[in-house]
Amino acid sequence: MEDSLVDWSRAQFALTAMYHWIFVPLTLGLGFIVAIMETLYVKTGSAFWKKTTKFWMTLFAINFAIGVATGIIMEFEFGTNWANYSWFVGDIFGAPLAVEGILAFFMESTFFAVMFFGWDKVGKGFHLLSTWLVAIGSNLSALWILVANGWMQYPVGMYFNPDTVRNEMMNFWDVLFSPVAISKFLHTIGSGYVLASLFVVGVSAWYLLKKRDVIFAKKSMLVGATFGLITSLFLILSGDESAHQMAHKQPVKLAAMEGLYEGHEGAGLVAFGILNPNKTIMGEEEEFLFDIEIPYILSILGYHELHAFVPGLKDLVYGNEEYGIMSAQEKIDKGRIALSSLEAYKEAKKAEDIQKALESQQILEENMPYFGYGYLTNPEDIVPPIATTFYAFHIMVWLGGWFTILFVLVLFFLTKREILEYPLLLKAALYSIPLGYIASEAGWVVAEVGRQPWAIQDLMPVGVAATHISSTNVMISFFLFAVLFTTLLIAEIKIMTKQIKIGPDGGH
Amino acid sequence: MVGFGDLDLLTLQQYWWAVVSLIGGLFVFIMFVQGGQTLINKLSTTETEKTMLVNAIGRKWELGFTTLVLFGGALFAAFPLFYATSFGGAYWVWLAILFCFIIQAVSYEYRTKPDNFLGQKTYEAFLYINGTLGVFLLGAAISTFFSGSEFAVDSNNFSHWQNSLRGLEALLNPFNYLLGLALIFLTKISGALYFISSIDHQQIRNRAVESIKINMIFFLVFFLSFLTWIFTKEGFAVDAQGIVFMQQYKYLYNFLEMPLLLGMFILGVGMVIIAVFVAITYRKTCCIKTGGVGIVLTVTALLLSVGLNNTAYYPSTYDLQSSLTIMNSSGSHYTLMTMSYASLMVPFVLAYIAYAWYSMDKVKITKEEIEAPDAHNY
Repeated sequence: MEDSLVDWSRAQFALTAMYHWIFVPLTLGLGFIVAIMETLYVKTGSAFWKKTTKFWMTLFAINFAIGVATGIIMEFEFGTNWANYSWFVGDIFGAPLAVEGILAFFMESTFFAVMFFGWDKVGKGFHLLSTWLVAIGSNLSALWILVANGWMQYPVGMYFNPDTVRNEMMNFWDVLFSPVAISKFLHTIGSGYVLASLFVVGVSAWYLLKKRDVIFAKKSMLVGATFGLITSLFLILSGDESAHQMAHKQPVKLAAMEGLYEGHEGAGLVAFGILNPNKTIMGEEEEFLFDIEIPYILSILGYHELHAFVPGLKDLVYGNEEYGIMSAQEKIDKGRIALSSLEAYKEAKKAEDIQKALESQQILEENMPYFGYGYLTNPEDIVPPIATTFYAFHIMVWLGGWFTILFVLVLFFLTKREILEYPLLLKAALYSIPLGYIASEAGWVVAEVGRQPWAIQDLMPVGVAATHISSTNVMISFFLFAVLFTTLLIAEIKIMTKQIKIGPDGGH
Repeated sequence: MVGFGDLDLLTLQQYWWAVVSLIGGLFVFIMFVQGGQTLINKLSTTETEKTMLVNAIGRKWELGFTTLVLFGGALFAAFPLFYATSFGGAYWVWLAILFCFIIQAVSYEYRTKPDNFLGQKTYEAFLYINGTLGVFLLGAAISTFFSGSEFAVDSNNFSHWQNSLRGLEALLNPFNYLLGLALIFLTKISGALYFISSIDHQQIRNRAVESIKINMIFFLVFFLSFLTWIFTKEGFAVDAQGIVFMQQYKYLYNFLEMPLLLGMFILGVGMVIIAVFVAITYRKTCCIKTGGVGIVLTVTALLLSVGLNNTAYYPSTYDLQSSLTIMNSSGSHYTLMTMSYASLMVPFVLAYIAYAWYSMDKVKITKEEIEAPDAHNY
């Protein structure tokens, strides 16, 4: 398949996914924050909490609408741009998407209407329940789509059927409770909660800097920062679990994240580093122009052992006999055997040569774990873009650390001091809103760029997954999406900032 | 205990075709939102009236959106080869449809918000485009189930579309316009019926009734032409060996050979006609229920007929044997079984949708509500 097609298909998927992801995390977290606020209203009966709930709910709706708009394309894009993928794994991948529709989306959309228009039409209790159900529904939809994504990173619960030439599901529970899927789900929704907390804290800080709606802003900030601190800790724990999973399931990604070329026992974590752009996998060049490393941490993160061996890119590409790591070339050879035995199987079937078919099938099954490698040309093809993965990972971690500190500071000055007297902190909180988005997007860059070239880990590279279509078509649709989504984003930001300026007493 | 796992593959495939058909039927019903969007200007004379109309359908648009997503998800899981072939192949038709829905999703929320960048008129135009072009293209896309497309499926079950217009070629076949146009006028009718039931405002109701009279004529013309076309044309049939061949009057025979479907279809069409008749003659306000059930029955029966009774539901005119049937395009037995258990949740979902709908709609939309100072309006 032509390279430019694959690149445009990737670019379009990346574009639409990253746009979608601007809006989703806020929905995931703000849904719960609004529900907490409404619970306070129902418990206290105070008009203040009703007003506060309604204000944040307005912002929720503005964000939600564009999240829905950018979301629909994500589902259909698997078909439009990754048609071969859709056939090859649709038997497994389609199920969580369908279940997502049945179990999550209807919950969201049904109760969304009650949440916004039901204030005077249904009872207080039913209304509060609706608000919680919208929050739960949106998080449930995140569960199913992340189960699907987790499965691409670590395919389980299926077998390859040579008659249909696709993977077929064997165990739904293995797919659903895959450790990669679960840690991915927890880490991703955690990031949504933290981002939404940053949003609430930052917007509140703006009011405080303007010295308006002070009580409203302080109380909102208290809810936001408390939720943010709790969820930050949750985010750190789930991130640790993600790293542990990755060490076992996607060691190449982990090595790229850390710029680790040579494997070590007791490997350290690069706290800060500038990659040497001239470094090659085989070469003797230094890995970093400059770096600060914390010893042993990577081994502990990855394997929960001080002296565990963490393989580097060189080990993973060229193999390391001492530690029993197979080279990429060997995997490519096995992959090619798998592909050719599949062809032999099909021919034997056609010729009704049962003996030959059985033999071929056996060879195929032995080599199936390396099936996707058969499509690769060079051993180096298994390495993702290192710099992108490395920097995205480090940006994410640094910012995540900063957010935790910020929530602690905000809570301290909010409760123990007069926070209005600390404009520097308020400004820091305000400017951390865009940082939250950067960290969140960076997380997805690590997850998705870091797993290249695979559409499905070890089974199907992106080049095979793409729809057969001329690249001009995809290039045109790329730009159509870019223009449309950018236009809608500008509208969203303008409306959102206007509503914030109007404030809790004027807008509805 | 007997479970879905005990059913044979063909039965599960038929069950899932039925589920997909039902979702399709529900989707066309909920497209009263789209039809309503095209009537906003026609049925209103003041800004307040227009806002009442927008808000009436604005509380339902997400259900339609969600149903479309579920329709896609169910097809992906149950008939992945269709998903790969049609979405990847008829690329531009599906992307055009999606664009029409993307612009709908923001328009309600952003329409009257201050500082909304594009202006109220643009968002209203988005709603209009969604209600006309979006609906039309969906109809035309479904019409290719009867007219066929140009694609080949290779030995790896990878699909190769053979027309460089990537789906837009469907518009070169005038017969495909019939269902698209019929759908536009049908959704205008259901949109008007929905307004009549949910808005307590006499002038709007009167104008809605008037609009139904005209739209019903157009609907009948296009729908009957569509039926004449499919009932008289050659259809794509499958024999016991899975060989696809052309058969005269196939789609007519499908209804005659499946009397239950025929009954469903006639009942559905009858209910739509009765709903329209009662709404016009007796000025009843609850006809959306009868009409809605009628639409669901009609569309479900139509979709069922093209997949069952040894019919290739997504035929290829380029290579007849590449045509998709529910047998050769479905998910595995295990996946269909697992999904079948998930589908048991559908009645529960429908029940809470109905409950929430009932709770919200027992208080009709009035001028006072829309003009209330703290109203959340679209």
